[in-house]
Amino acid sequence: MIINHPLLGPRDSAEFTYLGDAKLIDRPDAASENAAQEFYEYAYLRDNPAGWHKELWFHEAGDRSWLVVTRNTLTHEISKVELARDVARSRGRSK
Amino acid sequence: MHNLKTITALGGTEARVDAFAHITIVENDGVSLASVAARLGKEKKCHTILKKLLGAVPEAGRAELHDPEAGFWMGPDQWMIGAPRATYELLADDLKAKFGDAASVTEQTGAWVCFDITGPAMPDFCERICPVPIRRMVAGDARRTVIHHLGCFVIRREADDHIRILGPRASAKTLHHALLTTAQAMA
Repeated sequence: MIINHPLLGPRDSAEFTYLGDAKLIDRPDAASENAAQEFYEYAYLRDNPAGWHKELWFHEAGDRSWLVVTRNTLTHEISKVELARDVARSRGRSK
Repeated sequence: MHNLKTITALGGTEARVDAFAHITIVENDGVSLASVAARLGKEKKCHTILKKLLGAVPEAGRAELHDPEAGFWMGPDQWMIGAPRATYELLADDLKAKFGDAASVTEQTGAWVCFDITGPAMPDFCERICPVPIRRMVAGDARRTVIHHLGCFVIRREADDHIRILGPRASAKTLHHALLTTAQAMA
């Protein structure tokens, strides 16, 4: 499997480690009223789709950036690769 | 008064040199290193200072090979700056004075061991130790990769048969062993 790194070009997936669902970027607000319920869902509840899935990959043997990879879990086809920080910032994080 | 003697990463009083017919592995004990990471919202200021320092901001996967200070890209908004240790022993302090609050500067000299690999068999050697596309790389290309399970930087220098390898200093002997074994296997 080849992951097309947005900065470094196509790299073998052996250079990366997999973390899981990219929803981990959406960390709940600890100050919210439903924080306990939201953190329970954030920590334990995941979709397990047969098909397109957004997931976090770490370029461990490369530039050590975190990526959001859109991958089809049935075919391993990768349709989109973004820097995780760009995704996080586009959702109003780290500003 | 203490009478302390400095030792190299491999533990010698002088840098180790291993010369083979086709490849030479030299422990380079003369490099001062410091990393520079742009702070959030100060990226532009950091780029300006880097440009003044190196002549240009190293792009992704690239190094600026300059004398005395050279630098390469490590990751988004992160660079490693190198300089001769004899004249820039306090490189991190010098850089912090230049960058101020635009970047976080961390001393790296004590974290890395540096090997210079030269010789006509360098590309063959490089292909045996790590998966970087050495024959497609040109002078100034820098890659982070894995050698013998150790995260290392491989930088293609100006001379056509020269690469510089930066590896974790705490595993200097392990890395050196891997390089020696490879060189011997090729002889």
